Amino acid sequence: MMNIQIKKFYYGDIPDSSPSSSNDVRSTENPWPLWEIFIRSKQGLDHKHAGSLHAADAQMAIENARDVYTRRQEGLSIWAVESKFIHASNPDDAEMFYEPSTDKVYRHPTFYDLPDEVKHM
Amino acid sequence: MDSNQQISKSTNLQINQTLHLADTALILGQRNSDWCAHGPILEQDIAITNITLDLIGQARNFYQYAATLINNAENKNETEDSLAYLRNEREFKNFLICELPNGNWAQTILRQFLFSVYQELLFEKLIACNDQQLSAIAAKSIKETKYHVKWSSEWVIRLGDGTEESKTKMEQAIDEIWMYTGEFFIANDYDIIDVTSIKSKWLEKINEIFEEATLSVPENTFMQSGGKNGIHTEYLGFLLSEMQVLQRTYPGANW
Repeated sequence: MMNIQIKKFYYGDIPDSSPSSSNDVRSTENPWPLWEIFIRSKQGLDHKHAGSLHAADAQMAIENARDVYTRRQEGLSIWAVESKFIHASNPDDAEMFYEPSTDKVYRHPTFYDLPDEVKHM
Repeated sequence: MDSNQQISKSTNLQINQTLHLADTALILGQRNSDWCAHGPILEQDIAITNITLDLIGQARNFYQYAATLINNAENKNETEDSLAYLRNEREFKNFLICELPNGNWAQTILRQFLFSVYQELLFEKLIACNDQQLSAIAAKSIKETKYHVKWSSEWVIRLGDGTEESKTKMEQAIDEIWMYTGEFFIANDYDIIDVTSIKSKWLEKINEIFEEATLSVPENTFMQSGGKNGIHTEYLGFLLSEMQVLQRTYPGANW
């Protein structure tokens, strides 16, 4: 009987694949790697994650991003990072990672007055 | 329009020049639009569709200008829509290469490459021409065209210098459509710029990209022509009947 193996990856933690690898989840569907796209909408602002797409190389990833994510004047600058280089936190760690901070409101810088002259805080 | 003695010869030439530019952009846009939802991959589907929308946008600008010229010269009420949807095959002045079937992806991107390189050089000249409106439309459109050149060049290189199969498909595409490029540089009485003058620059760019793509430029091939004068291939009639059926069946239908 055929043994079907399903592999699940955390977001971004996609291992390098070799063409001979039979459990490469991508090879059958799409031979092009996945890229994460970051768009800066205005000078002076940060690049924000816009989404992901497939492309054969970095240049194509940037052009695809231009066509997919900036058609409605969303951006002035594009970064592309191959998804396999992004490492994600494990959802199972959520409790120990994030919950301890919920009762520590004193960490918010809201307990002193800012002068009016200070902008963008 | 041709039979109307009241229009001065120069206005008539100006109208035909504008219609040639409009028809060329519209027909190539209409052809490329067939790829919508059929692209080889989602991202490239969007890329070719964007290019299509750019071309149809250019066509609209040229048609609006042509309609103004016609209405000023004659007591008519032409619009961009009437010019696109209610003229017949022989009145269309687009290049033959635009009306050819898409073929496979290689053929589509090769056509886009050969055409966009020409269009960029043409727009450079048009920007400097003495028709202010055409100059303005060219100045606006050339930014789009530069991207079309970049995008299509990279695909030509990717496929030409790719696998054996992709290279074969590029070579077949060259065999299929190269003979329709000669028409780009055949001067016509309505040309506002000297199209023969851009041939060497065009060939230079094609050679540069083909060399990188390990493809060769055909030499001494027979060149097909006629589109600029309204003499078309058998394909245009079918394209028009599909594109125009709605306006012809329900005249004046609106979104």
